[in-house]
Amino acid sequence: MSNAVSALQGATSEGFATITEAGLRGMITLRGDLSSAKLKKAVKSTAGVDVPAQRACNSAGDKAVAWMSPDELLVMVPYADVVDATTRIAKALEGEHALAVNVSDARAVFTIEGAGAREVLAKLSPVDLSREAFTTGMFRRTRLAQAAVAFWMRDETTFELVCFRSEAQYVFDVLSMSARTGSEVGFL
Amino acid sequence: MLILECPYCGVKAEETELHGGGQAHIKRETVGSDDDAFEHYLFTRANPRGVHLERWRHANGCGKWFHAARDTTTLEVFGTYPAQTFEPPKDIIDAITAKRPDWSFKNWQGAT
Repeated sequence: MSNAVSALQGATSEGFATITEAGLRGMITLRGDLSSAKLKKAVKSTAGVDVPAQRACNSAGDKAVAWMSPDELLVMVPYADVVDATTRIAKALEGEHALAVNVSDARAVFTIEGAGAREVLAKLSPVDLSREAFTTGMFRRTRLAQAAVAFWMRDETTFELVCFRSEAQYVFDVLSMSARTGSEVGFL
Repeated sequence: MLILECPYCGVKAEETELHGGGQAHIKRETVGSDDDAFEHYLFTRANPRGVHLERWRHANGCGKWFHAARDTTTLEVFGTYPAQTFEPPKDIIDAITAKRPDWSFKNWQGAT
Protein backbone atom coordinates (compact mmCIF):
# COMPACT_ATOMS: atom_id res chain seq x y z
CA MET A 1 0.00 0.00 0.00
CA SER A 2 1.14 3.52 -0.71
CA ASN A 3 2.50 5.63 2.11
CA ALA A 4 -0.11 8.27 3.03
CA VAL A 5 1.26 11.74 3.70
CA SER A 6 -0.52 14.87 4.86
CA ALA A 7 -0.58 18.01 2.73
CA LEU A 8 2.33 19.88 4.34
CA GLN A 9 3.81 17.00 6.34
CA GLY A 10 3.68 18.70 9.72
CA ALA A 11 4.95 22.15 8.78
CA THR A 12 5.06 24.61 11.68
CA SER A 13 5.42 28.34 12.02
CA GLU A 14 6.16 30.35 15.17
CA GLY A 15 4.76 33.78 15.78
CA PHE A 16 2.61 35.19 18.58
CA ALA A 17 0.71 31.93 18.03
CA THR A 18 2.03 28.62 16.76
CA ILE A 19 0.63 27.30 13.48
CA THR A 20 1.05 23.56 12.94
CA GLU A 21 -0.13 21.34 10.16
CA ALA A 22 -1.65 18.59 12.27
CA GLY A 23 -0.84 15.64 10.02
CA LEU A 24 -3.19 12.91 8.93
CA ARG A 25 -6.67 12.87 10.42
CA GLY A 26 -9.50 10.53 9.59
CA MET A 27 -12.49 12.56 8.42
CA ILE A 28 -15.88 11.32 7.29
CA THR A 29 -18.52 13.50 5.70
CA LEU A 30 -21.85 12.18 6.89
CA ARG A 31 -25.03 13.47 5.29
CA GLY A 32 -28.50 12.44 6.29
CA ASP A 33 -31.35 13.21 8.66
CA LEU A 34 -29.58 14.31 11.85
CA SER A 35 -32.66 13.56 13.95
CA SER A 36 -32.78 9.92 12.87
CA ALA A 37 -32.23 7.43 15.69
CA LYS A 38 -30.15 5.16 13.47
CA LEU A 39 -27.81 7.98 12.55
CA LYS A 40 -27.47 9.13 16.15
CA LYS A 41 -26.56 5.60 17.19
CA ALA A 42 -24.05 5.17 14.37
CA VAL A 43 -22.33 8.44 15.28
CA LYS A 44 -22.22 7.58 18.97
CA SER A 45 -20.74 4.14 18.38
CA THR A 46 -18.13 5.45 15.93
CA ALA A 47 -16.96 8.65 17.59
CA GLY A 48 -18.06 8.09 21.17
CA VAL A 49 -19.95 11.40 21.33
CA ASP A 50 -23.49 12.54 20.61
CA VAL A 51 -24.62 14.39 17.49
CA PRO A 52 -23.63 18.00 18.25
CA ALA A 53 -26.03 20.91 18.50
CA GLN A 54 -26.17 23.56 15.79
CA ARG A 55 -22.68 25.04 15.19
CA ALA A 56 -21.00 22.88 17.83
CA CYS A 57 -18.25 20.29 17.89
CA ASN A 58 -18.36 17.42 20.39
CA SER A 59 -15.00 15.80 21.02
CA ALA A 60 -13.57 13.06 23.18
CA GLY A 61 -9.88 12.24 22.99
CA ASP A 62 -8.80 11.84 19.38
CA LYS A 63 -12.36 11.62 18.08
CA ALA A 64 -14.86 14.37 17.35
CA VAL A 65 -18.10 15.15 15.56
CA ALA A 66 -18.79 18.59 14.12
CA TRP A 67 -22.04 20.17 12.88
CA MET A 68 -21.53 21.26 9.26
CA SER A 69 -25.09 22.09 8.16
CA PRO A 70 -28.65 20.97 9.02
CA ASP A 71 -28.04 17.69 7.18
CA GLU A 72 -24.29 17.21 7.41
CA LEU A 73 -21.77 16.17 10.05
CA LEU A 74 -18.01 15.84 10.00
CA VAL A 75 -16.92 12.75 11.91
CA MET A 76 -13.26 12.72 12.96
CA VAL A 77 -11.43 9.55 13.96
CA PRO A 78 -7.74 8.49 13.94
CA TYR A 79 -6.48 8.13 10.37
CA ALA A 80 -5.78 4.41 10.76
CA ASP A 81 -9.44 3.70 11.66
CA VAL A 82 -11.15 5.80 9.04
CA VAL A 83 -11.78 3.17 6.36
CA ASP A 84 -13.34 0.80 8.92
CA ALA A 85 -15.35 3.57 10.52
CA THR A 86 -16.77 4.72 7.16
CA THR A 87 -17.82 1.17 6.31
CA ARG A 88 -19.42 0.73 9.72
CA ILE A 89 -21.41 3.97 9.46
CA ALA A 90 -22.54 3.15 5.93
CA LYS A 91 -23.63 -0.28 7.04
CA ALA A 92 -25.49 1.05 10.09
CA LEU A 93 -27.39 3.49 7.85
CA GLU A 94 -28.41 0.99 5.23
CA GLY A 95 -31.96 1.70 4.07
CA GLU A 96 -31.80 5.36 5.19
CA HIS A 97 -31.37 8.30 2.86
CA ALA A 98 -27.82 8.94 4.04
CA LEU A 99 -24.26 9.07 2.79
CA ALA A 100 -20.90 8.49 4.50
CA VAL A 101 -17.73 9.34 2.59
CA ASN A 102 -14.11 9.18 3.67
CA VAL A 103 -12.70 12.63 2.87
CA SER A 104 -9.49 12.37 4.94
CA ASP A 105 -7.13 12.74 1.98
CA ALA A 106 -9.08 15.66 0.53
CA ARG A 107 -8.58 17.85 3.61
CA ALA A 108 -5.79 19.41 5.63
CA VAL A 109 -5.92 20.12 9.37
CA PHE A 110 -4.14 22.91 11.21
CA THR A 111 -3.84 23.80 14.87
CA ILE A 112 -3.42 27.37 16.03
CA GLU A 113 -2.06 27.46 19.56
CA GLY A 114 -1.21 30.27 21.92
CA ALA A 115 -2.75 33.14 23.82
CA GLY A 116 -3.17 35.05 20.55
CA ALA A 117 -4.88 32.25 18.63
CA ARG A 118 -8.19 34.14 18.55
CA GLU A 119 -6.53 37.11 16.99
CA VAL A 120 -4.86 35.10 14.24
CA LEU A 121 -8.28 33.94 13.03
CA ALA A 122 -10.10 37.18 13.75
CA LYS A 123 -7.84 39.01 11.30
CA LEU A 124 -8.81 36.64 8.50
CA SER A 125 -12.45 35.66 9.02
CA PRO A 126 -15.74 37.61 9.23
CA VAL A 127 -16.52 35.96 12.56
CA ASP A 128 -17.00 37.49 16.01
CA LEU A 129 -14.14 35.84 17.91
CA SER A 130 -14.44 37.81 21.14
CA ARG A 131 -14.23 35.79 24.37
CA GLU A 132 -17.95 36.26 25.01
CA ALA A 133 -19.09 35.30 21.52
CA PHE A 134 -16.86 32.37 20.59
CA THR A 135 -16.32 29.76 23.28
CA THR A 136 -14.87 26.27 23.68
CA GLY A 137 -16.69 23.63 21.65
CA MET A 138 -18.09 26.09 19.11
CA PHE A 139 -17.68 25.27 15.45
CA ARG A 140 -17.86 27.63 12.51
CA ARG A 141 -17.73 27.17 8.77
CA THR A 142 -16.58 30.35 7.15
CA ARG A 143 -13.84 31.76 4.97
CA LEU A 144 -10.23 32.44 5.86
CA ALA A 145 -9.10 35.25 3.58
CA GLN A 146 -10.06 33.66 0.23
CA ALA A 147 -10.33 30.00 1.26
CA ALA A 148 -13.35 28.13 2.58
CA VAL A 149 -12.51 26.64 5.99
CA ALA A 150 -14.08 25.41 9.19
CA PHE A 151 -12.62 25.88 12.65
CA TRP A 152 -13.50 25.12 16.23
CA MET A 153 -12.14 25.84 19.66
CA ARG A 154 -10.63 22.90 21.49
CA ASP A 155 -9.75 24.95 24.55
CA GLU A 156 -9.23 28.60 25.42
CA THR A 157 -5.88 28.81 23.59
CA THR A 158 -6.23 26.16 20.89
CA PHE A 159 -8.15 26.24 17.63
CA GLU A 160 -8.30 23.47 15.06
CA LEU A 161 -9.01 24.30 11.45
CA VAL A 162 -9.81 22.18 8.39
CA CYS A 163 -9.54 23.27 4.77
CA PHE A 164 -9.32 21.67 1.36
CA ARG A 165 -6.01 19.91 0.83
CA SER A 166 -5.36 21.81 -2.40
CA GLU A 167 -5.49 25.07 -0.43
CA ALA A 168 -3.28 23.90 2.44
CA GLN A 169 -0.20 25.91 1.44
CA TYR A 170 -2.24 29.10 1.01
CA VAL A 171 -3.98 28.60 4.35
CA PHE A 172 -0.68 27.89 6.10
CA ASP A 173 0.94 30.98 4.59
CA VAL A 174 -1.94 33.29 5.43
CA LEU A 175 -2.17 31.95 9.02
CA SER A 176 1.60 32.34 9.46
CA MET A 177 1.45 35.89 8.20
CA SER A 178 -1.46 36.72 10.50
CA ALA A 179 0.53 35.32 13.46
CA ARG A 180 3.74 37.22 12.69
CA THR A 181 5.35 38.56 15.86
CA GLY A 182 4.84 42.29 16.19
CA SER A 183 1.52 42.27 14.34
CA GLU A 184 -0.62 41.73 17.45
CA VAL A 185 -3.65 43.99 17.60
CA GLY A 186 -4.38 43.23 21.24
CA PHE A 187 -8.09 43.86 20.91
CA LEU A 188 -9.49 40.41 21.71
CA MET B 1 -22.07 46.01 4.58
CA LEU B 2 -25.08 43.78 4.18
CA ILE B 3 -25.63 41.34 7.04
CA LEU B 4 -28.16 38.51 6.65
CA GLU B 5 -28.96 35.82 9.18
CA CYS B 6 -28.84 32.36 7.61
CA PRO B 7 -32.10 30.62 8.63
CA TYR B 8 -30.41 27.20 8.49
CA CYS B 9 -27.34 27.67 10.65
CA GLY B 10 -28.27 30.85 12.52
CA VAL B 11 -25.08 32.65 11.55
CA LYS B 12 -25.33 36.41 11.13
CA ALA B 13 -23.33 36.27 7.94
CA GLU B 14 -21.89 39.33 6.30
CA GLU B 15 -21.86 39.79 2.57
CA THR B 16 -18.47 38.21 1.86
CA GLU B 17 -19.68 34.91 3.28
CA LEU B 18 -22.73 34.90 1.00
CA HIS B 19 -23.45 34.69 -2.68
CA GLY B 20 -26.40 36.51 -4.25
CA GLY B 21 -28.78 34.45 -6.38
CA GLY B 22 -31.10 37.09 -7.80
CA GLN B 23 -34.87 37.32 -7.58
CA ALA B 24 -36.78 34.83 -5.43
CA HIS B 25 -40.11 33.09 -6.05
CA ILE B 26 -39.63 32.71 -9.80
CA LYS B 27 -42.14 30.43 -11.44
CA ARG B 28 -40.12 27.84 -13.32
CA GLU B 29 -41.62 27.05 -16.71
CA THR B 30 -41.22 23.59 -18.11
CA VAL B 31 -42.31 21.28 -20.92
CA GLY B 32 -45.66 22.46 -22.27
CA SER B 33 -45.22 26.14 -21.35
CA ASP B 34 -45.69 28.56 -24.23
CA ASP B 35 -42.87 30.74 -25.62
CA ASP B 36 -43.95 33.93 -23.90
CA ALA B 37 -44.01 32.25 -20.51
CA PHE B 38 -40.57 30.79 -21.18
CA GLU B 39 -39.16 34.12 -22.25
CA HIS B 40 -40.53 35.73 -19.10
CA TYR B 41 -39.03 32.97 -16.94
CA LEU B 42 -35.61 33.12 -18.60
CA PHE B 43 -35.08 36.82 -19.13
CA THR B 44 -37.51 39.05 -17.24
CA ARG B 45 -36.52 40.00 -13.73
CA ALA B 46 -38.00 42.48 -11.32
CA ASN B 47 -35.73 45.35 -10.30
CA PRO B 48 -37.83 47.24 -7.78
CA ARG B 49 -36.72 50.37 -5.99
CA GLY B 50 -37.81 49.39 -2.52
CA VAL B 51 -38.84 46.05 -1.07
CA HIS B 52 -37.35 43.07 -2.87
CA LEU B 53 -37.33 39.33 -2.23
CA GLU B 54 -34.05 37.70 -3.15
CA ARG B 55 -32.28 34.36 -3.10
CA TRP B 56 -28.96 34.08 -1.29
CA ARG B 57 -26.60 31.21 -0.71
CA HIS B 58 -24.54 30.81 2.43
CA ALA B 59 -21.58 29.88 0.21
CA ASN B 60 -18.78 30.13 2.76
CA GLY B 61 -20.79 28.40 5.43
CA CYS B 62 -23.47 25.75 5.50
CA GLY B 63 -23.91 26.00 1.72
CA LYS B 64 -27.72 26.32 1.81
CA TRP B 65 -29.90 28.58 -0.29
CA PHE B 66 -32.29 30.88 1.55
CA HIS B 67 -34.51 33.85 0.82
CA ALA B 68 -34.15 37.38 2.11
CA ALA B 69 -36.57 40.31 2.18
CA ARG B 70 -34.83 43.66 2.03
CA ASP B 71 -35.12 47.17 0.72
CA THR B 72 -32.89 47.90 -2.25
CA THR B 73 -32.69 51.62 -1.57
CA THR B 74 -32.22 51.73 2.19
CA LEU B 75 -30.52 48.29 2.48
CA GLU B 76 -32.85 47.62 5.41
CA VAL B 77 -33.30 43.88 5.96
CA PHE B 78 -36.80 42.72 6.95
CA GLY B 79 -35.85 39.12 7.49
CA THR B 80 -34.66 35.85 6.00
CA TYR B 81 -36.55 32.59 5.55
CA PRO B 82 -35.94 29.05 4.24
CA ALA B 83 -36.22 28.58 0.48
CA GLN B 84 -38.78 25.73 0.55
CA THR B 85 -41.74 27.98 0.01
CA PHE B 86 -43.67 29.63 -2.83
CA GLU B 87 -44.34 32.82 -0.91
CA PRO B 88 -42.87 34.63 2.08
CA PRO B 89 -44.10 33.44 5.50
CA LYS B 90 -46.48 35.58 7.51
CA ASP B 91 -43.88 36.96 9.93
CA ILE B 92 -41.81 38.29 7.01
CA ILE B 93 -44.85 39.90 5.38
CA ASP B 94 -45.78 41.42 8.75
CA ALA B 95 -42.24 42.78 9.17
CA ILE B 96 -42.39 44.39 5.73
CA THR B 97 -45.90 45.86 6.05
CA ALA B 98 -45.06 47.26 9.49
CA LYS B 99 -42.57 49.56 7.74
CA ARG B 100 -44.14 49.75 4.26
CA PRO B 101 -47.93 49.58 4.82
CA ASP B 102 -48.66 49.77 1.07
CA TRP B 103 -46.58 46.73 0.18
CA SER B 104 -48.18 43.42 -0.67
CA PHE B 105 -46.73 40.22 -2.09
CA LYS B 106 -49.39 40.22 -4.80
CA ASN B 107 -48.34 43.63 -6.06
CA TRP B 108 -44.62 43.00 -5.76
CA GLN B 109 -42.92 43.43 -9.15
CA GLY B 110 -41.54 39.90 -9.01
CA ALA B 111 -44.91 38.26 -8.33
CA THR B 112 -46.03 35.88 -11.05
